[in-house]
Amino acid sequence: MATLSDIPARSSRFDATWQMLKRRAFHTPSDGVISILVFAALAYLAWLVMDWGLLRAVWSEENVAACQDAGAGACWAVIDARHRLILFGLYPFDQHWRSTLACLTIILTVVASCLPWAWSGKRLVGLWIAGFAIYYLLMEGSLLGLQQVTTDGWGGLSLTLFLFASVVILGMPMGLGLALMRRSEMPVVKYFAMVLIDFIRSLPLLTTLFTAAVVVPILLPSWLEGDKIWRVIVAFALFFACYQAEVFRGGFQAIPKGQFEAGKALGLSYWQILSRIVLPQVFRHALPSTINMVVVTFKETAIVIIIGFFDILASAKAAFGTVDWAPYYLEVWVFVGAIYWVFLFSLGQYGEYLKKRMKVQER
Amino acid sequence: MTAVTATAASAEELRARAKTRRIIIQTLLLGIALLVIWGAVRSAQVNLTALGITSGFGFLERSTGWDYSFSLIERSINDPYSRTLLIGLMNTMFVGFLCIFLSTVFGFLIGTARDASNIAIKTAATVYVQIFRNIPLILQAIFLYAILIHLPGPRQAYSIGEAIFLSNRGMKLPGLNVSPSVAIGILLVSLALLIALVLWKRFSLIKGVGIWFGGTLMVAFFAALIFRPEGESLLSIPALQGLRFRGGITVSVELWAMIVAITVYGSAYIAEVVRGGLNEVPRGLIEAGQALGLAPGAIWSRIKVPMALRSIVPPLGNQWIFIMKATTIGIAIGFADLFYIVSNSITQSGQTLELIAILMGAFLLVNFSIALFTNWLNARLQLKAH
Repeated sequence: MATLSDIPARSSRFDATWQMLKRRAFHTPSDGVISILVFAALAYLAWLVMDWGLLRAVWSEENVAACQDAGAGACWAVIDARHRLILFGLYPFDQHWRSTLACLTIILTVVASCLPWAWSGKRLVGLWIAGFAIYYLLMEGSLLGLQQVTTDGWGGLSLTLFLFASVVILGMPMGLGLALMRRSEMPVVKYFAMVLIDFIRSLPLLTTLFTAAVVVPILLPSWLEGDKIWRVIVAFALFFACYQAEVFRGGFQAIPKGQFEAGKALGLSYWQILSRIVLPQVFRHALPSTINMVVVTFKETAIVIIIGFFDILASAKAAFGTVDWAPYYLEVWVFVGAIYWVFLFSLGQYGEYLKKRMKVQER
Repeated sequence: MTAVTATAASAEELRARAKTRRIIIQTLLLGIALLVIWGAVRSAQVNLTALGITSGFGFLERSTGWDYSFSLIERSINDPYSRTLLIGLMNTMFVGFLCIFLSTVFGFLIGTARDASNIAIKTAATVYVQIFRNIPLILQAIFLYAILIHLPGPRQAYSIGEAIFLSNRGMKLPGLNVSPSVAIGILLVSLALLIALVLWKRFSLIKGVGIWFGGTLMVAFFAALIFRPEGESLLSIPALQGLRFRGGITVSVELWAMIVAITVYGSAYIAEVVRGGLNEVPRGLIEAGQALGLAPGAIWSRIKVPMALRSIVPPLGNQWIFIMKATTIGIAIGFADLFYIVSNSITQSGQTLELIAILMGAFLLVNFSIALFTNWLNARLQLKAH
């Protein structure tokens, strides 16, 4: 008869790790050698980075002279001195609290839309419009009775976040529209969407943005031209929409035709079927790929430096652009890279988590 | 009220009404599109006349008068725009296809490592993918370029065996003692050999690679034997003379930064595609292979990869197109890709519309060809029984 003492004691965490290592790293002698070598190489690299970036680093602007010492590591003094330029560009210095709040609003909007609470059309739309409005009011300022700063004065991380948010807000409905047009039974509508989507997707983003910045003014009468930044945002949104339309198309394909027919049999109109039955499911299916698109879009905003915007890359260049700070270009690039990495990595991991979660639900 | 009329109307009537509506919508869309095009043409005429620019492709025959960083064939500042643009296209295709090839090779290696049972290898591959996938490509290229141009000068260059030198002037490699056009000829022959081997399908992967490599070496050897300058050796080895290097092949800093940055970024993406494909291979197939006593290598090459390829190829094709498009970052570090040349030409000649049309046309053509190739590959790989 089995007694309580026969049940093996729950192995400790250390034990479990050891078992796992034995199975997955030291299965055979050659496996063990490879594991030790690879782990040693990784540890060495990590040590090099830590030694340079933390242990031997100079942290504050006052000690900047220490950066020139032999054996000094990273000179984070440059970040200490110039981080405001990198983050906020040439925004008026005494108004930086506005940029800070505005950036936080966008980040909070992104974080909030990751919570399951926000996963309904109305809430998401409301959230993003509210977030964007707060950002714009704070940065522009004149409507809140603050000092007015036009878009020319925006820069650094805040400009990058602005581009990102406006592209997503404009591009999402455009993408949905294109996806619906592509599914249309009317040949002209359908082929119009197909040609547009394939055309934009075959061109490099840079070409599209460059066209918007440089070529479109020639093609438009001068009263329609608008600001360069808005032309570029609309073009970027079109690029986003063409990719997002394909994401939505995947979502539409996952829905059985019977559901449309059931809706029709109930006497619902096209728009009712769409908004009550089909779209909620499409959004759900398309969610992981949509997050992927959002990640890609954030990454691609870095390209606007080429068409002359003062985004975070341009402000980083400016940060080490003076004689004093010129030797510390590496630290500045690492800092900017780290900012991008943190955003992109966390969003990407969240996307992976969602994908797994949805897979489990489908089982 | 409307519901009552709807039920009262006959089915015929409803259908006719829907048809009319569809025709109206389509005519409207077509009309708007035509109106936009007409408006664009009109205001282009007005704006160009105001700027004093005559449109047309006549400017292609004018000489440019400016220099740029890189070309595979002879170039001079007296070249006409047509030749300069062609060189730009060649540079884009050269970097694009080279990076596609390298990224695919590394992507398969790293993707396989991401799927490895050994946790050390898996960790290393994961770190690689997570670092390089989550930083914008343009930032990586600028970063790498900044490091490379801050390397010591030619006199203090890092060297490997006094044959390979790395300095702020780029990398110097020993090369065949032939002119660039002969070198391109060798590359084309090698490519033709590769395609022939793929189409012929008589050899296993490893044998095929061996034949391709050996064949290319032979061709290169004989080409050098025949085409080298009178009385010089087969190989040209770089050597420091005064303040600069003589001989050898130069890989400029710009080219080097482009190739490494795009390959690293592209391979991280392709690794994810490959990992996804390998993950989708049914476990039963792998277990069947193990039960048959196949070595892990054989399971990988005979079962996993052939099965996985079917789900890898469509997203892989997208990545190839992405890499081709990614060459446009060249302008950020001064590499003369097609976008760089076009953008320079626009500033110099003012023929904006024509040049943008050429740029778009070239990318549509190249990417369309890659898409066609991917579709062909995909069709070939589908299971015959399906």
